[in-house]
Amino acid sequence: MLPTGVIIHVLIVICIYAILAIGLNIIMGCAALFTIANAALFGVGAYTSALLALAGFPFWLDILAATFMAGLISFLIGLPTLNLVGDYLAVATMGLGEILVAISRNWDSVTRGPMGLPGIPPASLFGFTFDSPPKFLGLSAALLLVIYLVAERLIYSPFGRVLKGIREDEIAVQALGKNAFWFKMWAFVVGGAFMGTAGSLYAHYLGFIDPSSFTLWIAFFIWSIIILGGLGNNLGAIAASFVFVAMRESLRFLGLPANVTAAIQQIFFGIILIVMMIFAPRGLIPERKYITRYKGDAEDRQSD
Amino acid sequence: MKVLAQLLVNGLIAGSMYALAAIGYAMVYSILKFANFANGSVAMVGAYLTFVLCTRLGINVVLAFVLSMLISAFLGVVIDKVAYKPLRQAPKISVLITALALSFILDASVLLIMGAEFKRFPFPIVKGLRLGMVFITPVQVICIATSLFFMLSLHFLLTRTRIGKIIRAVADNPELAAINGLNTDNVISIVFAIGSALAAAAGTLIGMDSVISPAMGFVITIKGFAACVLGGMGSINGAILGSLIMGMVENLGTWFLAGGDARWKTTFAYIVLMLILLIKPAGIFGRKGEARVF
Repeated sequence: MLPTGVIIHVLIVICIYAILAIGLNIIMGCAALFTIANAALFGVGAYTSALLALAGFPFWLDILAATFMAGLISFLIGLPTLNLVGDYLAVATMGLGEILVAISRNWDSVTRGPMGLPGIPPASLFGFTFDSPPKFLGLSAALLLVIYLVAERLIYSPFGRVLKGIREDEIAVQALGKNAFWFKMWAFVVGGAFMGTAGSLYAHYLGFIDPSSFTLWIAFFIWSIIILGGLGNNLGAIAASFVFVAMRESLRFLGLPANVTAAIQQIFFGIILIVMMIFAPRGLIPERKYITRYKGDAEDRQSD
Repeated sequence: MKVLAQLLVNGLIAGSMYALAAIGYAMVYSILKFANFANGSVAMVGAYLTFVLCTRLGINVVLAFVLSMLISAFLGVVIDKVAYKPLRQAPKISVLITALALSFILDASVLLIMGAEFKRFPFPIVKGLRLGMVFITPVQVICIATSLFFMLSLHFLLTRTRIGKIIRAVADNPELAAINGLNTDNVISIVFAIGSALAAAAGTLIGMDSVISPAMGFVITIKGFAACVLGGMGSINGAILGSLIMGMVENLGTWFLAGGDARWKTTFAYIVLMLILLIKPAGIFGRKGEARVF
């Protein structure tokens, strides 16, 4: 049986990735905007949080700032790209994401480049410090719950329905008078903001961040999570985070050097992703369908 | 002035090598309408193949070059049959994800097999030749000459041979070509073979000019893609022109805007890509309306 420390660590990472997956679900699952900038936004949140925390600002401020900053950068990324078609959008977001990663790698004076930012102080709220893993798990799980509830309200709301309409047929939605661009932008910003929140959690948990946690490969990993869980299905996303993160962490236990493990992860998840694309591109668990009950139903049945 | 000329020449040299990889993208896009993101990784594999054949197995460099192109051609066809063919009817985004996943798999596999350290071809270090104001190394001369040779051969193949006509027909209108009795699947395989062979050549040449590393695959992928979008996705001439421009932009940009810091070179590829997508997504030779929603 695994030591509790390991289990708690894995659960915390699962929570963080679940938040990332839910954020991406709003953008990709619901509105079908194929963004590869997700890992970069994760990084924006992490770095914002880390830099503020290192400068002495309190946790509640830096996590809000991280969320806001990620949302803002999402807005800036979305402005030029949201009018582009599917695969061009993907590549454009990939490009912008990579530019952000390049900045974090090369802007030595602020981000210390590949050496990363160590010594990030632990999170503390109202005088209570989350300095041990079990306490942090409590914080992460609580945040996950909040974000999950917010995302569910968003997706199963008129706003969410418009997004799904855009996914199915954007021009039809515009013909109905909805400004598709701004709906897409809102989805993009909110999803991005959640990714920033996850970034802040990540920074405070590990106490150290560097550009290698926010690469294109991580973006792909998050994609594969929501594809496994079913595009648009948040519970599925949480379950899939569980499965994939557990798999990924268990690969670390083979005790191989870090870059070998990373390479094996890439190959393993690359193959899984290709298999999923060929056999189940919409995801393994479909979204909850709407069942509209009309007022007359119960009365009709009673009269039989 | 001397610096400018040197930068432009370096840019043209780099561009001519990327062009070979970009041509592979253009050809696949013209028939299948998706960007084969695995092409850069195939280029990287080609570079390693030439290196291994040449240094570990002692085969003559030229022969190793040709062999690596042949093996890569085969690899390209296999990739198509295994990963892309099942997704012919799927939305383009699925194939895109698959292609990217493949590039990760290839990059990681090569990293595991060959290690992450840079490798160099064991060419003797020779003084550069002087051509007027600029310096150019003998290896670079060979690279340009080889690129030109391949580009001209491809042009000849596509315009003067029967198979070239068939390829162009399928690229122009796959359904119509199929109705007229052409075996689209075989043509697609041939296109992948040619594209991958050229990619391998690109990778080898780039490796000869600088270093070989597993990370070079993705760099070639991005630069090749940016070059194609710049030139007009699907147009071979566009791919070549785009690559040359990209080569010059990255050299000029890195020198003037980034103080010569070569780490920013790839970023310039992204910047060019973003600018083109904003201003004229169809590219120089592309048709209007391909990249936007409306």
